[in-house]
Amino acid sequence: MFDSVLIANRGEIARRVIRTARRMGIKAIAVYSDADESLPYVHEADEAVYIGASAPSQSYLDSTILLDVARKTHAAAVHPGYGFLAESPGFAQAVLATGLTWIGPAPEAIEQMGDKIRARNLMAAAGVPVAPGSPAPVPDADAAVAEASRIGYPVMVKAAAGGGGIGMSAAADEPALRSAFDTARSRAERFFGSPEILLERFLPRARHVEVQILGLADGRVLTLGERECSVQRRHQKVAEETPSPAVSPALRERMLASAIRAGEAVGYRGAGTVECLLDVETGEFVFLEMNARLQVEHPVTELVTGIDLVEQQFLIAAGERVSFDADAPVVPAGHAIELRVYAEDPRRFLPSPGPITAWDEPTGPGIRVDAGYAAGTTVTTFYDPLLAKLCAHGSTRDEALARLRVAVADFRVEGLATNLPFHAELLDNPEFVSGEYDTGLVSRMRPA
Amino acid sequence: MAEVRAEMVANVWRVLVAEGDHVDDGDTLVILESMKMEIPVLAETSGTIAKLHVAEGDVVQEDDLIAVID
Repeated sequence: MFDSVLIANRGEIARRVIRTARRMGIKAIAVYSDADESLPYVHEADEAVYIGASAPSQSYLDSTILLDVARKTHAAAVHPGYGFLAESPGFAQAVLATGLTWIGPAPEAIEQMGDKIRARNLMAAAGVPVAPGSPAPVPDADAAVAEASRIGYPVMVKAAAGGGGIGMSAAADEPALRSAFDTARSRAERFFGSPEILLERFLPRARHVEVQILGLADGRVLTLGERECSVQRRHQKVAEETPSPAVSPALRERMLASAIRAGEAVGYRGAGTVECLLDVETGEFVFLEMNARLQVEHPVTELVTGIDLVEQQFLIAAGERVSFDADAPVVPAGHAIELRVYAEDPRRFLPSPGPITAWDEPTGPGIRVDAGYAAGTTVTTFYDPLLAKLCAHGSTRDEALARLRVAVADFRVEGLATNLPFHAELLDNPEFVSGEYDTGLVSRMRPA
Repeated sequence: MAEVRAEMVANVWRVLVAEGDHVDDGDTLVILESMKMEIPVLAETSGTIAKLHVAEGDVVQEDDLIAVID
């Protein structure tokens, strides 16, 4: 096992990785920008290095600075967290070329999965179900209209290199498609540096269900169950749970088998996620994309399996065996739910940066909080609005829900608006409580 | 005379109008960016842009004046 790791990230995920590194006796080296100097992860790391201005391009996205810090601190490995450079094949390649261990899949696998069109085609060839869609980039609005008449409306317009729901929109007819195409095009160029656009059949009533995979050092690919991620606003997840209330044992068996084929098709190593859409009408699932990194919502999987996913990432990257019996099926116990606590107003979900004057995290049986902030710290406009992940584990879904209701009421954050009041509503929403919800749930709770 | 103000702290990403332009109710005047999200600021009345108080790259605070529509 390597003796030190540079964490090329910030906030709650940097803190999460530091926790496991320290427990395993691996020296944790953090990096921070101007805006993040006083955050908890900076103080909890064994060493913390200032890397530049608050704008991501001048700090967390600058691979030259990060590699320079890795050299100066004699880091043996690099953990990218999620976001920023986590799915940059160029950064992974540069880390490896410097002689360091890259904690993630091979750059080639990241590259194959980063291009949604290539990924779709590869998955279809591997026997993984995919939605009807464009097999090549759609060059202009006219071509999009032609593709859409072949695929059938409504269609989803997406950036081929995209993620996080940015630039994505659904179109029900030709005028809507032309406008969606232009929007997607400009955002794709600006956010992802590639104007390539892909069209896919849009499922009006769908659930977003994903499978956690683990590619072992010996080449085998395992699954650690699914996560239900249908509670979304602006195509971004707000709450996740496992197991999915919508997945029957027979469906689970098929989904997990497909996820293994997906991982094997790219020689996947480390922790990854195969995202699928589940059609509520037909009960059929299709491949959406593969995330070549640790997922924000990984804690719910950890809670039901008792497996530390960051520890497995370290072991696999070091070429070692995982900490659990990889030959026996992993049997999840109970139910876990995660709520993403965002710095945003709970009605319209608009950003609400500012200083945090009070911060009291809930505690109790089955409660886990992964937080990036604390009292006396400030949330800025430079990064995503995630303050903390509030998770509950229970022997049943009802128990997890009950524990979360108490925990949400006990979570005190003052100085800025948070979406905690929205979460309190969600936990009492009849659709959510019944488990029979889809990705339209939040829009139904907040009609325009 | 209608004042358009910022609803939150944000960076000014795009300015889509200039002083003297005619705008209709609902037109996008500027696009703010905060926490990896784009927030369009719309005209809530029709008229002429009498004064524009922001430029691309500026940082606005909550309640800062963005534009005045006459």
